[in-house]
Amino acid sequence: MRDVAILGVGMTKFGELWDRSFREIGIEAGFQALVDAKLSSGDLGALYLGNMASGSLIAQEHIAPLILDYSGLGPHHIAAVRVEGGGASGALALHEGWLAVASGAHDFVVVGGAEKLTDVPDVEASRITGGTADHEWEAVFGATLPGLWAMIARRHMHDFGTTREAFAQVAVQMHENGSKNPNAHYRNKITLEAVTGATPVAEPLGMLDCAPFSDGAAAVVLGPMERARKFTDTPIRLAASQVACDAMALHHRREITTVDSTVVAAKRAFAQARRAPADVQLVEVNDAYTIAGLVALEDLGFVEKGKSGPAFLNGEFARGARLSMNTSGGLKSQGQPFGAVGVAQAVEIVRQLRGEAKERQVSGATLGLAHNLGGTGGTSVVHLLERTN
Amino acid sequence: MTIARFWRETPQRYNLGGAKCTVCQTVYFPPRSVCPSCAQHRQSIGKLEPFHLSGEGEVVTFSVVHDAAEGFEMQVPYVLAIVRTREGPQLTGQVVDVDPKEVKIGLKVRATFRKLREEGKAGVIHYGYKFAPAEDWDGRPPGRGMPAHVPSELPTRPAEGSARA
Repeated sequence: MRDVAILGVGMTKFGELWDRSFREIGIEAGFQALVDAKLSSGDLGALYLGNMASGSLIAQEHIAPLILDYSGLGPHHIAAVRVEGGGASGALALHEGWLAVASGAHDFVVVGGAEKLTDVPDVEASRITGGTADHEWEAVFGATLPGLWAMIARRHMHDFGTTREAFAQVAVQMHENGSKNPNAHYRNKITLEAVTGATPVAEPLGMLDCAPFSDGAAAVVLGPMERARKFTDTPIRLAASQVACDAMALHHRREITTVDSTVVAAKRAFAQARRAPADVQLVEVNDAYTIAGLVALEDLGFVEKGKSGPAFLNGEFARGARLSMNTSGGLKSQGQPFGAVGVAQAVEIVRQLRGEAKERQVSGATLGLAHNLGGTGGTSVVHLLERTN
Repeated sequence: MTIARFWRETPQRYNLGGAKCTVCQTVYFPPRSVCPSCAQHRQSIGKLEPFHLSGEGEVVTFSVVHDAAEGFEMQVPYVLAIVRTREGPQLTGQVVDVDPKEVKIGLKVRATFRKLREEGKAGVIHYGYKFAPAEDWDGRPPGRGMPAHVPSELPTRPAEGSARA
């Protein structure tokens, strides 16, 4: 396998983009990435598009050639493949792109992620995204995605004494980070009292513990590291790309409070890159629910199991602290367009490592980790991104 | 959901019909055709037999749901829980016949046959299991004092809440 570099990145604003269509946002992100990479479309070997549920959300399947076509790449007849893994679809597409370039099957590929969630009412979006858990044995009995994560939160509080304030503070911190991100869905700051006092969704989680349903798209261009200098002065090396899966239903997992797929994907990723959690300065975790952000910090190896709450309240994961968590604002504030999330995480880390993150720039970072997850952890994807100069 | 899609799961949803691997004796719900616990999965193919759960268990974790799943709007707030059955498998279901404030981790429950939801005024009515408090069972873990139809040589399991079932 050869080394793979990210040569270009792009993303749309995330949010309720009522005036923009799925194909419009998909194309915008892709073109930004191609222009950023200074690559001409004729060089491309393939397109991988992460998307969770276009069929249910916009009644359009077969979307990879659609985006290819409207990007003007139809005449090149390159391969366009949709990749689905629930909320992890974006990072799963990035993994496919990495495999293609690392193996030598292709030299240059575009990896996109796009989702259009606001063309259906909220209730329907909840039902559709709830399909990333086990429909027959969870949803049919009244389980919702927030309900399942709430049960993880409840058990975490029971086993480790994690406080309500600890995961509420995740939301506060994410909105603080997102306030500096022009692409974020929410740029307002919120208080701890606002989070703990918000309308309950599934106790102990309230409205402000849950990431929004957003529209949005993101894209990256990948190529072989040995040719990267032709295109950019600061190629970012994909030092690891790992996927791990587990039982679909939360009740079938080894433990309620540990997402084994994340633990395994992270271990494999650190082994692949020959690095350790202590080497990482930047992390983008899948904080679809505040508790999910805390659990991810533990499962990725950044803090001991059960101790994320006190560590978070202690400010250990604030921007510029020992580990900067979700400088983008995370899913909570930057937004949650399911299939786009995993790609947008990579975009944020690349911008940070290149020193292009403006107001939210963390200084001196050389290694970042992106963690993308589907459902309650049926699929986890971990990428390590490294600046090499 | 179509009638057939729900109807075909009736043995599980109405009667807690699971499966037991006759190679390693692990019990599963819902039934599986391959045993994930057997070191060599192939040896378990065709060796899983029907096995009914007693329906008794205890709450491993729960939430009080206010923002309902589709078809459950009339039931809010409702208690959603993961229940660890005395035979090992864990299930997700509602806990009913109790004040939500009284529900806690470790609460002993027994499965009860209830209406789950209805699809609008003219649609299909779905029935299945929910759980109700049952302080009359002693809560002994699998392997001790089991009913006659449960084998006593169930494999040793990790701590509560960590069963792979």
